[in-house]
Amino acid sequence: MADLTTKIAGITMKNPVMAASGTFGYGLEFADFVNLEEIGGIIVKGTTLHPREGNDYPRMVETASGMLNCVGLQNKGVAYFCEHIYPEIKDIRTNMIVNVSGSTLEDYAECAARINALENIPAIELNISCPNVKQGGMAFGVTTDGAYSVVKAVREVYDKTLIVKLSPNVTSISDIARAVQDAGADAVSLINTLMGMVIDIEKRKPVLSIATGGLSGPAVKSVAVRCVWQVAKAVHIPIVGLGGIMTAEDAIEFFLAGASAIEIGTANFIDPAVTVKVAQGINDWLDRHGCTSLTDIIGQLEA
Amino acid sequence: MKKYVKDLTVAEVSFPHEQYVLLKLTDKEPLPETRPGQFVEVKVEGSPRTFLRRPISINYVDREKNLLWLLIKKVGEGTHKLAELKVGERLNVVFPLGNGFSPVQKVGERVLLVGGGVGVAPMLDYGKYLKEQGANPVFLLGARSKNDLLEMDFFKSIAPVYVTTEDGSEGERGFVTQHSVLTQETFDRISVCGPKPMMVSVARYAKQTATPCEVSLENMMACGLGACLCCVEKTIKGNVCVCKEGPVFDVNDLTWEV
Repeated sequence: MADLTTKIAGITMKNPVMAASGTFGYGLEFADFVNLEEIGGIIVKGTTLHPREGNDYPRMVETASGMLNCVGLQNKGVAYFCEHIYPEIKDIRTNMIVNVSGSTLEDYAECAARINALENIPAIELNISCPNVKQGGMAFGVTTDGAYSVVKAVREVYDKTLIVKLSPNVTSISDIARAVQDAGADAVSLINTLMGMVIDIEKRKPVLSIATGGLSGPAVKSVAVRCVWQVAKAVHIPIVGLGGIMTAEDAIEFFLAGASAIEIGTANFIDPAVTVKVAQGINDWLDRHGCTSLTDIIGQLEA
Repeated sequence: MKKYVKDLTVAEVSFPHEQYVLLKLTDKEPLPETRPGQFVEVKVEGSPRTFLRRPISINYVDREKNLLWLLIKKVGEGTHKLAELKVGERLNVVFPLGNGFSPVQKVGERVLLVGGGVGVAPMLDYGKYLKEQGANPVFLLGARSKNDLLEMDFFKSIAPVYVTTEDGSEGERGFVTQHSVLTQETFDRISVCGPKPMMVSVARYAKQTATPCEVSLENMMACGLGACLCCVEKTIKGNVCVCKEGPVFDVNDLTWEV
């Protein structure tokens, strides 16, 4: 039995597997399939200062080895979260992390400040990389100045662990990672979805309501591993890797590339119990390879 | 209602029509409790381009033989692959999902169950349930042609069946909303599942006759659990997940133009 404990800045996780935002609801939706407390962390769905209706249907289309979505951050707002959702999830004994999004610096900061006040939320994941909302979201995440300014604004009001989720839709993800590190981020998570498009050739129209959406699933895994590998060489803060992880072996690639933890997203739709299976599989892989601890392999790529 | 992910075993495979397959699945343990109008999500193996699970409505549950019936229309690569399953093979199923049709309201109530195309599937299970609960279900089924009517013997064994076909080869010619039973009889409520234009026209009839009406939707979905927010339908309460808050909705809660 290998030691699967890992640390992301201020938080300690019993194992390195987290459920990715937007794919696991508030965790409760999956309670019939997994013991939520066996998951290292659960990142609940994107929360914004004000309620958002999201984009029109259709919001999803299947692709080869993946899917596109353009949900557009549908959520009931941070006040609803604090009043109605938080009491339901605060006693789940794992790291319950809230993904925070916004369209202005003030929105981001105000939303983060409200969540700062919730005792049992040890961290937020700041989403500066959603490709599916106009003004904001990804606009901050695609320039070093934008990324720096939003992280700086949130850092001033948020004193717990601040993880910043990065977009792969950029020229140099390493530059963005350095900028958010300089602005005070405790960790980075990557990658958010890759922007894509599917066309209905009979109708000669895009399938999705806003034409484009974010690509996820195994189709993006190799891009994600490359990004983690590049960012690991650029920053000294911990990295949470995600993008197309379906199996423990997929996760091991991310650890070798430099991730201290991983998130599982789209795979939850295929197997609602995949999170705990991957955690078990990581343990088995480490045992088979004579590793006593997960930390033995983080960033341990042969030169 | 507790949800499960299980490897069920294919007990019977039949082809009631060249475009459909009827899979009867079983398990060593008694199948979990389900409600009529709920659905399952099946994992398609051996089809590299089928990434997501496929939502399939529950056609019938035979408790005596411990069989879950899935009537599947062969539409794309995934559903064609499902039609290749053989007796004894396994199918991974997440279920039961969604809310299902309304429970019986009162003994003796007359409930019109309207189905078109593959939308007839959940009506079989619902009709059986209503009959068992002392209600009086009546089926109104629409198809293109006589050969496209599915499971007619089963429907007839449960309750009266009225039929329309577009070519007039069985029952009355036309669409379900043109059937004479709608002008000759009245109903306490209506449930409908089928192509959207059919559901809209039934909803219009329901509105004109002030009959409560619920519809079963089949928006494209991913998770089936209310987590991904992909399959949303606009309602008077905002966007809600068809997979979790639905698939059955009171038509008055939707924003359809009826």
